[in-house]
Amino acid sequence: MKRLARHALFWPTLTLLLLILVSAIFHPGFLAISWQNGHLFGNLIDILNRAAPLIVVSLGMTLVIAVRGLDISVGAVMAIAAVVAALMVGGSFSADGEVVSEHPLWLSLACALAVATACGLWNGLLVVKAGMQPIIATLILMVAGRGIAQLLTGGQIITVYYPPFFTLGNGHWAGLPAALWVAALLWLALQLLLSRTALGLFIRAIGGNPEAARVAGVRAGALTLCVYTFCGLAAGLAGLIVSSNVKSADANSAGQLLELDAILAVTLGGTALTGGRFTLAGSVLGALIIQTLTSMIYSLGVPPEVNLVVKAVLVFLVMLLQSPDFRALLAGLTRRGNTAR
Amino acid sequence: MNDGAIVLQARDISRAFPGVQALNGVGLTLRAGEVHALMGQNGAGKSTLIKVLTGVYAPDAGSIELLDRSGERRAVSPQSPLHAQELGISAVHQESHLLPNLSVAENICAGRYPRRPWTRGGGIDWRETNRRARELLAGLGIDLDVTRLAGGLPAAVQQLAAVARAVAGDARVLILDEPTSSLDAEEVRALFALLRRLREQGVAILFVTHFLDQVYEICDRITVLRNGGFVGEYACAKLDARGLVAAMVGRELVDSPPAPHTPASESAPPVLAARNLSRRGQLQPVDLEIKPGEILGLAGLLGSGRTELARLLFALDPRDSGEIRVGGQIADPADPSDALRLGLGFCPEDRKHSGIVAELSVRENIALALQARMGLGRFLRPAAQRELAEKLVAALGIKTASIDTPIGQLSGGNQQKAIIARWLATQPRVLILDEPTRGIDVAAKQELMNEILALANSGTAVVFISAEIEEVVRVADRILVMRDRAKAGELPRGAGEDAVFAMIAGGQ
Repeated sequence: MKRLARHALFWPTLTLLLLILVSAIFHPGFLAISWQNGHLFGNLIDILNRAAPLIVVSLGMTLVIAVRGLDISVGAVMAIAAVVAALMVGGSFSADGEVVSEHPLWLSLACALAVATACGLWNGLLVVKAGMQPIIATLILMVAGRGIAQLLTGGQIITVYYPPFFTLGNGHWAGLPAALWVAALLWLALQLLLSRTALGLFIRAIGGNPEAARVAGVRAGALTLCVYTFCGLAAGLAGLIVSSNVKSADANSAGQLLELDAILAVTLGGTALTGGRFTLAGSVLGALIIQTLTSMIYSLGVPPEVNLVVKAVLVFLVMLLQSPDFRALLAGLTRRGNTAR
Repeated sequence: MNDGAIVLQARDISRAFPGVQALNGVGLTLRAGEVHALMGQNGAGKSTLIKVLTGVYAPDAGSIELLDRSGERRAVSPQSPLHAQELGISAVHQESHLLPNLSVAENICAGRYPRRPWTRGGGIDWRETNRRARELLAGLGIDLDVTRLAGGLPAAVQQLAAVARAVAGDARVLILDEPTSSLDAEEVRALFALLRRLREQGVAILFVTHFLDQVYEICDRITVLRNGGFVGEYACAKLDARGLVAAMVGRELVDSPPAPHTPASESAPPVLAARNLSRRGQLQPVDLEIKPGEILGLAGLLGSGRTELARLLFALDPRDSGEIRVGGQIADPADPSDALRLGLGFCPEDRKHSGIVAELSVRENIALALQARMGLGRFLRPAAQRELAEKLVAALGIKTASIDTPIGQLSGGNQQKAIIARWLATQPRVLILDEPTRGIDVAAKQELMNEILALANSGTAVVFISAEIEEVVRVADRILVMRDRAKAGELPRGAGEDAVFAMIAGGQ
């Protein structure tokens, strides 16, 4: 039991299970999963599906934080990717009544991802080559990115009419939501990369002591650049999922405040904000915790106006539970209580 | 020697860490008005004992008695460094100096700023702060403008101010953990003058150092630890340096015969050659050549350019001019990663800042450079890392609970060996060692020197940098002397220390 409690993923897992348990108590049938219209259906599946964009962003964020960085532009990059894709796909009725896309779907998605990747590269260059503080470097794109997205859309919400575009955010593959597949495959790919190459060792060395890593011959700058670039790509992918889900792109609201959720998810998962120590699985759990919280608030029927307050209180409690200092304090209090008796 | 009242008495202190019994029934007695040396090799338990006395660690067993202000000895158990300070036990560590962005006065009064009584809430009375700091420093004979930012002062002056800060709060026990490791002779003299003054004032001083001559210069008594155990307490006058070393290492240390080393043949082409290597403000153009199996010593004072030259060779800093040839071919390393691929290796002087990755295991630290050279794709699996690390840990005699222990938990000498192991793993053609023996004890130094000789015998060219001329003279085949950021000249093997000193001094 003690060894279990020391495992890095113990507390995030416990927190998630606790939240699911509370939801199940207040909302009978919360755990039910059924087979409808050829795919799995239920609250848990819904949570996984809705958490997918956050999971994707958190994976990129985890690696950035692991090399002592931070990327607060991911929300804006999501918006840019969404807008680029929506503008390129568009959709109009052809003569024979079919909806056709403006540009081929694959080209549109590729361009959106390419733009997002370029955004990540930009962030990386500012941090690595210009030597800016990560939070300032990415703040530039956080503010400017949304502006660029608005400029592209002319302030309008761009609606997409071309049905194949909707698959990513609404479709199902083998009974499970497509977005969930995307998130899971990305996670798996990263995990393989970390266990089959020296990437994990290098990232932990750079995060632990960048100067020592450089002296040991690790190309710390180039790797950090790659990590920021990947974070941009991941944000773009998340932007595509979101815009596909709502069948439109809104430069204002797409991915809004998601950077904070992503940082929260990474922290909840047990990655150290000081760099070096990181866990992808933890970040996935963190993203699921946040989405479960959100779903829980909706399913409890909390009025929308107090929604954020309730979420804040719950996040506070979750963070307390995960704080080793607080747990030590709690343990100390109970011990004192026991001896008093 | 005066036999002052016993100020602090620690008995049977024990403390274990996972896999290591760091202290086992150790005792320590400090008397008023005495400088007491705490000696032992790396890993002997000196740091742990200090951390127990200053409340960083709680002992598993044992007791500490301290003379309180009313003159009675009472049992105490420091809970934190702050608590220890309140009890009257202050420590100055090797590397924690002052807060660089605060003035000297602010540093000295930090945590106990005088308040202005007439303002509500009590704003800080800066005039009083400066006055107190000035008074304290004057009382200790330190001449220093207290309004200057601490960060702008030389390390040695910071060290003096740190000692002043430690005794400001009426400390009766002052612990100095390797205070002289980065000071030159003049600065050591100033520190010792301060210590003598404190000794006259009746402070009990515990002094940890690796320099034997300093022990005999300033200390009255010596406590020796070995492998976490108590060896004995000796009066300095009754234990000579040989006896002290024998007590520390547990065997009679014969005057180490220089291990057999065959210098490279004169005719062999140089493996590394640099011409006109320079960097503005750091190094005047320098030429340098080194042959396979040769040990090139770099001697010079702190700031003479010896480290700067090494950093340019390894491309850690960009050079303004110069050409580097490796094995006769023009090589143009742009960064350490290039230098590594050319077969160069570099052990930096600042182990903590640019050597170890503290959270990574010994195994990963050792594998890091080799992995960096192999690149991202050709991954050394953990099993292969383990084999490599185990081989090198055994070969260099690195003391660690396991190869999966975070390297930050090892003692300084063992960390240094692990960093050398990291480079041995890459089988370098040229290995640059910048102050590899700094801050490690006598026996570990000896092992390290033997390691360096063995390395050269196997054909590796070694650039050996040390502040201790005696070490350079002992191992080097040829000595390049640096002075004022330029090359002063070269001396052949067999040149004595005096010749090196003369060249450093510039023939005056």
